[in-house]
Amino acid sequence: MTSSTVKSPATSAYWAGVRDGSPFVLMAVPFATLFGVVATDAGLTVAQAMGFTVLVIAGAAQFAAVQMMMEDAGIAFVLLAALAVNLRMAMYSASLVPYLGAAPLWQRALVAYLNFDQTYITSVARYEARPDMRLQDRVAYFLGVATPITPLWFVMTLVGILVGSAIPEAWALDFIVPIMFLAMVSPMLKSLAHVAAAAVSVSVALAFVGLPSGTGLLVAAAAAMVTGAIVETWIERRKA
Amino acid sequence: MTYSTGEIWLIIAVLGAGTFLIRFSFLGLIGDRPMPPLVLKLLRFTPVAVLPGMVAPLVLWPAATGGAPDPARMIAAIVTVAVGIRARSAIWGIAAGIGTLYLALWVFAIR
Repeated sequence: MTSSTVKSPATSAYWAGVRDGSPFVLMAVPFATLFGVVATDAGLTVAQAMGFTVLVIAGAAQFAAVQMMMEDAGIAFVLLAALAVNLRMAMYSASLVPYLGAAPLWQRALVAYLNFDQTYITSVARYEARPDMRLQDRVAYFLGVATPITPLWFVMTLVGILVGSAIPEAWALDFIVPIMFLAMVSPMLKSLAHVAAAAVSVSVALAFVGLPSGTGLLVAAAAAMVTGAIVETWIERRKA
Repeated sequence: MTYSTGEIWLIIAVLGAGTFLIRFSFLGLIGDRPMPPLVLKLLRFTPVAVLPGMVAPLVLWPAATGGAPDPARMIAAIVTVAVGIRARSAIWGIAAGIGTLYLALWVFAIR
């Protein structure tokens, strides 16, 4: 500790996370704004719309809940539908255990609060690429990825609530999310097992697209994980 | 919308707590206890098992076109995946995908 200007590994892992999380600003800004607009149109107060964004902090589930509330669905149905949309995050939670399970409880709780699609995928991609990362660097990296996204998600929801004008359709914002998710997952297709898992995920999700609230996705994800594991085992046996 | 203020806050509170518990679940309860090798093997496929299935319907039947397949969006999706795999980089995939999307939307609009 001779100089405070020398960055500790955890600090540089944090800034690497900030850098890798920055592109998602493109996604957080329009969608948080849109949520503010939609929530206000639905009749939520400023505090309620902000409560949604800060406490739930999951775009797809927030939109699903507000959509059902606009249709005056029963409270139990609103809750079930929105929570079902979020169930994939239980898979994310489990898949982070080998990387972050040894972290102190408060750090795991903080990571859990910030565990959404973008932070999860970006971080796991890094953990997989660098198996020798130290625990505190992994936590620092995860928090780094969340840093450019989360405060902006809150602030832009508020802007949407206060300014409240819709975004022109010509911007095709609906498709920014699919592009980002595809771009995140493509570099992870690094073996035949991964490609097979992705193919099963797509086929089963399309076959079950009619099931309510993302339940089809859960079936697809489970089938895809089993497929990946089977193909990987099969390849290992052939090599042996 | 006909919910009372209390009901709206109930929905927000339960969704907030429920979502946190879903995210905390395994990470919070298992901690650093070892997991069976088979489970670890399954979990390694989580990203490639969830995201493609989540995106596929949005690519084939975009909400913005009322569910009608849209060539511009489909081409953009293919380019994104191709560049993402080739460049091994999410950033380049995003840049190529968004660039292709606007170019294709513009080309199909003037035709």
